[in-house]
Amino acid sequence: MTFLIPRAPTRRRALKSMFNGAAVSLALPFLDCFLDDNGTALAATGAPLPVRYGTWYWGMGATPNHHVEEKRASGPGIKFLSEAAALQPHMDKINYFGNFNMPLDGHSNYTHFSGWVVNRTGAAPGHATEIPAPTFDLMIADVIGNSTRFKTIDVCSTGVAASNYSARGTNSRSSAEISPVALYARLYGPEFVDPNKADFKPDPKIMFQKSVLSSYVEESKEFVKGVGAADKARLEEFFTSLRQIENQLALQLEKPAANDACVVPQKPNEPPVDRLAAIREMGNVIETHKVLAKLLAMAVACDQTRVFNMVFTDHFGNIRRNGETYTHHLLTHEEAIDPKLGYQPLTYWFGQQCMNGFASYLDILSGIKEGAGTLLDNSLIFATSETNYARVHTIDGVPMYLAGKAGGRIKTGQHLIGNGDPCTRVGFTVMRAMGVPIEKWGTNSLQTNKAITEIMA
Amino acid sequence: MFARSLFLAVSVLALSACGPSEPVSEGAPPDMRRLTEEQYRNTIVDVFGSTVTYGGRFDPLERKDGLTELGARSARVTPSGIEQYYTVARTIAAQVVSGENRDILFPCKPADAKTADDACAKQFFTETGRMLFRRALTTKELEMSVSAAHEVGAGRNDFYEGIAYSLAGMMVTPKFLFVIDSVEPDPKKPGDVRLTAYARASRLSFLLWNSTPDDQLLKAAEAGELDKKSSLEKQVDRMIASPKLDNGVRAFFADFLDLGRFEILEKDPVIYPAFGVKAGEDAKEQLLRTIADHLVARDLDYRDLFTTRHTFVTAPLARIYKVPVTKPDGGWAPYEFAEGDPRAGILTMIGFLSVNSHPGTSSPTLRGRAIRETVLCQKVPDPPGDVDFSGFNDPNSPNKTQRQRLTAHRANPTCAGCHKITDPIGLSLENFDGAGAFRTTENGVKIDTAGDLDGVPFTDAPGLAKAMSTSPAVPACLVSRLYSYATGRPLDRADKDTVAYFQKTFESDGYRMSKLLRQIAISESLYSVSPPKAGAATQAKSSDAQKENPS
Repeated sequence: MTFLIPRAPTRRRALKSMFNGAAVSLALPFLDCFLDDNGTALAATGAPLPVRYGTWYWGMGATPNHHVEEKRASGPGIKFLSEAAALQPHMDKINYFGNFNMPLDGHSNYTHFSGWVVNRTGAAPGHATEIPAPTFDLMIADVIGNSTRFKTIDVCSTGVAASNYSARGTNSRSSAEISPVALYARLYGPEFVDPNKADFKPDPKIMFQKSVLSSYVEESKEFVKGVGAADKARLEEFFTSLRQIENQLALQLEKPAANDACVVPQKPNEPPVDRLAAIREMGNVIETHKVLAKLLAMAVACDQTRVFNMVFTDHFGNIRRNGETYTHHLLTHEEAIDPKLGYQPLTYWFGQQCMNGFASYLDILSGIKEGAGTLLDNSLIFATSETNYARVHTIDGVPMYLAGKAGGRIKTGQHLIGNGDPCTRVGFTVMRAMGVPIEKWGTNSLQTNKAITEIMA
Repeated sequence: MFARSLFLAVSVLALSACGPSEPVSEGAPPDMRRLTEEQYRNTIVDVFGSTVTYGGRFDPLERKDGLTELGARSARVTPSGIEQYYTVARTIAAQVVSGENRDILFPCKPADAKTADDACAKQFFTETGRMLFRRALTTKELEMSVSAAHEVGAGRNDFYEGIAYSLAGMMVTPKFLFVIDSVEPDPKKPGDVRLTAYARASRLSFLLWNSTPDDQLLKAAEAGELDKKSSLEKQVDRMIASPKLDNGVRAFFADFLDLGRFEILEKDPVIYPAFGVKAGEDAKEQLLRTIADHLVARDLDYRDLFTTRHTFVTAPLARIYKVPVTKPDGGWAPYEFAEGDPRAGILTMIGFLSVNSHPGTSSPTLRGRAIRETVLCQKVPDPPGDVDFSGFNDPNSPNKTQRQRLTAHRANPTCAGCHKITDPIGLSLENFDGAGAFRTTENGVKIDTAGDLDGVPFTDAPGLAKAMSTSPAVPACLVSRLYSYATGRPLDRADKDTVAYFQKTFESDGYRMSKLLRQIAISESLYSVSPPKAGAATQAKSSDAQKENPS
């Protein structure tokens, strides 16, 4: 079965659809999204099913010897232990990466921070808030995210908008969506174009909005000439972001191709008051995650975005269990190891809930049929944490997962052993699979040009 | 960690030999700062009125050098950040042109509302654009705004729709979303630059009001009055007398005390059933309300904020304080804690105590660290990653209280270094649990609240309050943070004389916040800039063009 994605808008169609005879004579820049990669011809009007990239984050790592059984050599099969047992049904759609390290080259390990920054940027932070390079989801978005309504969608289940591990650099981070109602309004509000609606009529207001916005963008560019180099870079990023809005508006002028996988979800209800008052209680996190994940997954199926980031719990593990004095994070420091069990029982419980959450996420993605497979088959999900054993905040051997086959580009069901190689090999492999044109990635000891070929199809 | 205190102390000593005149400040190169959410919100209220409302969330700002305001100078805007700005801008613009608001917010009526009216559009954007851009629009900018409104108004047969679309576009330009240090050649110092009058107005307005300059201030800038000391003083006195000073003081203290952490404040409802969402919101407001009342409405000594027994409470707070509720409808009522009550000053309020605790327990370490890092401007090192507290939390352990546990913890020399900085302060607040409620025992054991602040001993929270109120580091910290906040940049050694000067004036003015704000606002230092960095030489020319070409 050939599945066609929504057609890219064309300049010709956009101009042809001037509305009600009203000529618009404002500056109308020729948008990049109307062009093919060479910028010399109009984009194709149909394409194979898109491949998507997503991340899934949980805080506080894993319980040693209770998460995944260690192996001596890479190979097929992953033995999930009790903490991660919920992932067993998904084993053939997952790769697990163990024993990959994070050399910091003399930089401090800024606890709860260095781990995720290194894993996602390929560089060690020099201070406790530095994000020294773009996170690689955005490098992927720059390649595959230019023709959708949203370049990325960032979502967090713990009610903290700042808990988003996608950034262009220090002080360049989006707020994550934390409210199901707000996420629904953003994704499926009046500006959503239902690909399966028969009577599509482009909204004439959009054309005018786009024209006005373009005029302001062009006029404001003069402004860049008057600032210093650092501010110029900030403004260039600003205008790049503005072009994304123009892109969004342009896409709303086109009728997207019918898309069987896209079913507009029900509008979620406002969460009950008691949940809002205890949004970081684990049971409520799970509920919020479920609602957000369904909305997000359908947005991906509807090709609203091709890059999406989900945070289940944050990098400080500020998650509670009702009646317990300590949060997940505090428990890692304050809970005694049960001599019979050999681990911290409550900490382990939190870890188990996190893996249950990951399994439920994969259930949602694989529950959406798409072409001959599922949405998960056409996606690649990088799931990881900021630490390995949270009790001592180690960052070597941080557990990493890749779920999904990326439209057939990735082989799954394998347990890969890093033997101390830098963790950046995973990110590098992902970027290569997603078509990012890089020869190497990372800085200093984190730099690599070695893809993990065992999983490349 | 005490290096900064030492530096401040040395600065004060040095000053006494230098005399009271303001030292020359070199300033820093001009930069541009993204509007904070609060500045954006205040601007919208000041330009369009409080009936215009919107929801949404902008990109977060990183806190740097003790202030979120300093993060704004390097803040960028992401695609989803722009999307939020554009959504909010359209929401605002639609309300501005709505039937209910247009008669109030428009300076004119179109000849025919069913088509474009360039004359009325020009009038609207001349006035509104000036307030949003914090300067007069250039001819080109004005023409563009009117042209955009014209095309939509004529094409859509609706004058107001044209205005709305053009206004929304204007509100997603960097000229609105960033506060720019535009500069011009300094006629008094050939080869140097100075802030333009408009940039001076913005710096002043965001310091005192945390909002855009008003019409009077812009007129003063346009008339060149902000370059003259007497005229500048007149504007500053007018602004300090304005009710909007309350916004400015609240904004500074919210940043200074890092109250953004209330965004993630949550207490376990089983352990602290009285502490719900409303209590958390009220706890933050209580802090700011008490501060504004003390420093603005009553113009009292800043140091007494740490001992004041005068505050305001709501019903949710009264339940935790266990004091009578006088306004059960949710309103605020003044309340005076009696002499001898363990509550004294802002450090014993629910807001400070709860936000510097864990969701299910108090934390002397977090409280001590917050005091050191916020109100004393001292840096406490981060803990190592492998902190192991498990040995002290065994239910059968003899360590029943936080003091006992921390004492045992400090036996580890790796941990002791930092804990001896934080714990003697934090433990004195242990009569207040993680939600800020008073208690005398923990796990059945009487709580010992003795402590000391840099060698000054005390036995309880009021003792800590008194020690804070007499510590020279407390006003010194406020001055340096406020000056950093006002200039929008971190301070360095080149600023030591200027900071010392303001410390001295603060002392001689009886530690009145209004006086300190005035001193900074009328100072040369606030407006001083050094030449732009390489690559920014054209900024002066660009600014000149804007200044010479107002419409």
